[in-house]
Amino acid sequence: MTVIADRFVPSSTLERAAEAIRRNPTIALGVVLLVALAAVAVLAPWIAGDPFRQAPIQRLRPPSERWWFGTDQFGRDVFARTVYGARVSLIVGISVALIASAIGLLIGLICGYFRWVDGLVMRIMDGLMAIPSILLAIALITLTRPGLGIVIVAIVIPEVPRISRVVRSVVLSIRDQPYVESAIAGGTRSGKLLVRHILPNTLAPLIVQGTYVCASAMLIEAGLSFLGAGVPPEIPSWGNIIAQGRTFFQIAPWSIFIPGAFLALTVLAVNMLGDGLRDRLDPRLARRM
Amino acid sequence: MTAYIFRRLLATIPVMAVVAVFVFFLLRLAPGDPAAIIAGEDATAEAIAAVRAKLGLDRPVLEQFALWLYGLAQGDFGVSIFSNLPVTRLIAQRVEPTLALTVSTLLVTVCLAIPMGVLAAWKAHKLVDRVVMVFAVMGFALPVFLIGYVLIFIFAVKLGWLPVQGYRPIRDGFFPFVETLILPSLALGVAYMALIARITRASMLEVLSQDYIRTANSKGLTTRRVLMLHALKNASVPIVTVIGIGIALLISGVVITETVFNIPGLGRLTVDAVLKRDYPIVQGLIIVFAGAKVLVNLVIDISYAFLDPRIRY
Repeated sequence: MTVIADRFVPSSTLERAAEAIRRNPTIALGVVLLVALAAVAVLAPWIAGDPFRQAPIQRLRPPSERWWFGTDQFGRDVFARTVYGARVSLIVGISVALIASAIGLLIGLICGYFRWVDGLVMRIMDGLMAIPSILLAIALITLTRPGLGIVIVAIVIPEVPRISRVVRSVVLSIRDQPYVESAIAGGTRSGKLLVRHILPNTLAPLIVQGTYVCASAMLIEAGLSFLGAGVPPEIPSWGNIIAQGRTFFQIAPWSIFIPGAFLALTVLAVNMLGDGLRDRLDPRLARRM
Repeated sequence: MTAYIFRRLLATIPVMAVVAVFVFFLLRLAPGDPAAIIAGEDATAEAIAAVRAKLGLDRPVLEQFALWLYGLAQGDFGVSIFSNLPVTRLIAQRVEPTLALTVSTLLVTVCLAIPMGVLAAWKAHKLVDRVVMVFAVMGFALPVFLIGYVLIFIFAVKLGWLPVQGYRPIRDGFFPFVETLILPSLALGVAYMALIARITRASMLEVLSQDYIRTANSKGLTTRRVLMLHALKNASVPIVTVIGIGIALLISGVVITETVFNIPGLGRLTVDAVLKRDYPIVQGLIIVFAGAKVLVNLVIDISYAFLDPRIRY
C-alpha cells in the first residue's frame, strides 16, 4: 500500500514504538507470533529432526503422532522441513527490509533535499516501479547463479523505490518547516541538517513501510521458490517445500497446506505489526485507512 | 482535456524508456558472466561464445543499445536463445489466456469487493464490517498459491464441481471457458479484493460523514439511493486509484496463478523462460507487462477527469 506520511513526530521514535506495543493489542499479537516464530527458527536443530533425511519406506505419510506434518514423496519429515523453512523466510524478510530501508532512506533524503538530483532519480524510480516486483526479481535471477544472496538482492531492487518515495515525501514536507529554515539561516551545513533535523522525522514512516516491505519480501521469496526461480531447491524454504509438493498434491496435500499456512501466518503477523505501528506512529494516515 | 491526455501520454515515455534501459543494462551489469550462466553448467567455450554472439554481447555496448532501441521501436524484442523464434511471436501466442484470466479476475474482484466495502461502511463497527475487515487483513497475507491449492482441493478434488487445472479457449464454447477460469480468478483476486474492499470502506466512511449525505437522508431518499448515487459516486476517485495500483498485484500474481492452474499464458512463458534462462524472452515480457501497467495507469488518470468534474488539468 502506498504510504504518504507528511507529518513530523516530536518525541523519540523508539520510545513511541515501545509505547505503541504496550497499548495496542494488534501489535502485541503480531510481536508474540513473530517472537515465537523466531524462536522456532533459531531452535530448529533442537526441536526438529533432520530435514534432509530421506526414508523411502515412509513416503507420503499423512500427519500422525510420529510425523506431525506428514512426510513428502522422498519420505522426508515435513515438520522438520517447515521448521527449517522459517529460517529462510525470516532471513529474507528481515534482510530485505533492512537493506531496502537503508538504501531507500539514503535516496529519499538526497532526492527530497537536493532538488537538482530529484527529477532524474525519481524518473528512474518511476521506471523501476513500473516493473512488477516478481518479474524484476526473475530477470536478475535468470542471469545469475542461484543462491540466497542473489534472491535477497533481487527482491531489494524493486522495494527500494517504494521506500525512497515515502522518505522523499516526508523530507519535502519538512524542508519548508520554520525550524529547518532557521537552521539553514543559522548556517547549518547540509549534512548536519539532514542527519540532525530531517532524518529523525522520517523514521516513523520508514519503520512502518519497512514492516510492509518485510512481509512482501517473504511472499515474493516464497513465490520465486515456488516457481523454481528462488533459493536453490536443496534448501528447505517454504516456497521450495510447496513446489516439491506439487506433484503429489492430490494424495499428500499437507506438504503444500502446512508450509503455506505457516507463510500466511508469518506474513499476517508482520502486517499486523505494521498496521499497529502505523496507527500509533502515523495517526493521520491511520484515519484514512 | 485533450491537452491533459496528451501530457499524460508524454509522461509515459520516460517511464518506458527507463524500463527499456534497465532490462538492457541488467544483462550487461549482472555479476559473473551471464553468457556462461545461460549456456549452462558444463558448456564448452564455443557454446558460450555462441550465446554471447546471439545476445549481441560481442559488439560495442552503444551499438548494441542502438540496435535494441531500433528493434523495440518496431515491436521487435529479439530472438529466443533456445527456440530461435522471434520473442514477439512467442509472446503474441500466449497473450489470450492471460488476458482472459486478468479480465475475469478484474470483473469478479470489482463486483465482489465494492459491495463488500460499501456494506462494511454502511454497517460500520457492526458484525458485517468486522467480517469484511478481517477478510481484508487476511487477504493480504495469503499467498496466491496457497489459496489456489485450497480452492482446487475443495472444489475440484473433493466436490468435483470444477476442473482441477487447465485452460479452454473461448472458441471451445463459453461454458467450458468460464468453468476453467472461476478458480484461478478467485485465487488471483483475493489480495486484490482485500485491497479494494478496504479502500472502498475507508472512502465511503469519509463521504458518509459529509453534510450532503445528511441532507439526502433527511429529505427521505431511500438508503440504496443515498449509498449508490450520492455516496459511492463521490467516493469513487480513491477506489479507482486503488484498482489501478492493484494491477501490479494482478500481474505478479498471474505468473504464480498460471503455474498453479497450468494455464498456458504469459506467466507460464515467463517461468519456462527463467528455467531455461532464456533472457530475451524475459526481457520482452518485462517490457510487455510494464507497458500494460503504464497503460492501465494512464486510463485511470484520464478517468479521474470524468469521475470528478472538479479535476481539470
